Amino acid sequence: MTMDDHKPRGIAADAVSPITEADLHAYVDRQLTPERSALVEQFLATHPEEQERVRDWRQQNVLLHDLLDPVVDEPLPMRLPLKPGAHAFPWRGLAAGVLVAIVSGGSAWSLRGHMDADAARLAFANQAGTPSSTLASSDGELTGFAHRAAIAHVVYSPDVRRPVEVGADQEQALVTWLSKRMGTAVKPPSLAGLGYELIGGRLLPGDKGPVAQFMYGAAGGQRLTLYVTREVPGQDDTAFKFGKDGPVNVFYWVEDHFGYAISAGADRALLMKVSQEVYRQLKPR
Amino acid sequence: MRAQDEAEIVACIPSLRRYARGLVSDRDRADDLVQDTLERAWSRFSMWQKRGEVRAWMFGIMHNHFIDRLRAQRSRPEDSAGDDVPELPQRAVQADTLEVRDLDRLLQRLPPEHREVLLLVGVEEMSYQEVATALGVPIGTVMSRLSRARARLREEMQGRAAPASRIQRVK
Repeated sequence: MTMDDHKPRGIAADAVSPITEADLHAYVDRQLTPERSALVEQFLATHPEEQERVRDWRQQNVLLHDLLDPVVDEPLPMRLPLKPGAHAFPWRGLAAGVLVAIVSGGSAWSLRGHMDADAARLAFANQAGTPSSTLASSDGELTGFAHRAAIAHVVYSPDVRRPVEVGADQEQALVTWLSKRMGTAVKPPSLAGLGYELIGGRLLPGDKGPVAQFMYGAAGGQRLTLYVTREVPGQDDTAFKFGKDGPVNVFYWVEDHFGYAISAGADRALLMKVSQEVYRQLKPR
Repeated sequence: MRAQDEAEIVACIPSLRRYARGLVSDRDRADDLVQDTLERAWSRFSMWQKRGEVRAWMFGIMHNHFIDRLRAQRSRPEDSAGDDVPELPQRAVQADTLEVRDLDRLLQRLPPEHREVLLLVGVEEMSYQEVATALGVPIGTVMSRLSRARARLREEMQGRAAPASRIQRVK
């Protein structure tokens, strides 16, 4: 048992190299290749003392998570600067008052936040004008808010532990918070009919003000995000547009000075259906 | 600054706060550390070249601030008088019912550089290479600090275990 071999990932190449303490740590920290991991398991089966050591180290990690994970769910203190040149992020501090209870732990996003269909049917108020959805085939590079929406999707949707700031089980707080910060009534549409349940939402810094991102999840783990921004130039352009950013497909449109973008890894046809459903729910009845 | 970079920095904040709390325990002092880190990050970002490693970079900045603060404390011992870690109560506690506050005290008793590695690996779940990058040390140093931190913590936790379980262990 030595610490001489500090290359836990590389060891796998040599199946006969002896198990080192570095291997045991890397085994606990899940940093070994599956092959090497299997060798460590064989080794542990015949070395009860080492087995106990590994078990205790694992337990340390669990206890440290128990001790420190609650910090992740605390509202951020106002004094933290959340963008360049700013001394504080004004909306985050204000939001703290609304966030009486926040989602706890890593399981917050699980599909327990079933939304009442009636409560969810109304999407965004402040809708005027006649909807005229025409499908424009303008595939291409994403720019402006649609591009930022795709980036925000990539940044936050893989986050298993904390994909949202406020979970669907706190929908009221979520709606109040986002509405207050967006300066208009904002409500997540219901996409349960298409197999996507609301996970929750977060606010992000946009170019000219806060932007809302709603996260949805399907039973298979696929994520979908709806990005809503006010920072769209004055044109009212209700055509659906489609674009790609790497593996992310985005449908986006502008309605009444709000920009909407739906991003997902899902194929274009499904995304189109989702977009139409969101648009339908946005329409004044 | 690209929106993605900005979003990545913002996305690091909850875990930076968690890490800081593990490093210094006291909530306000931990957030001081986060605040310093963010101010530095925002002001330096435009000059920073290695895009794509935002997380290691941010934790590296926090490491520098943490070390600076430790040095400042050591050179002005009167200021750190209130920072002493309280002694553990002399009572037997089962390892498996170790209270959260006790664990916090044990953690704060570890040497700072061991505490850093233990937290980055065990809580932030960084790869050993990422930890080495963030702390600016060779990966071998990361491994030996991790080894010592875990051994020490294990010893202390066992020391708090009831005698019965120790007898079983020796048998």
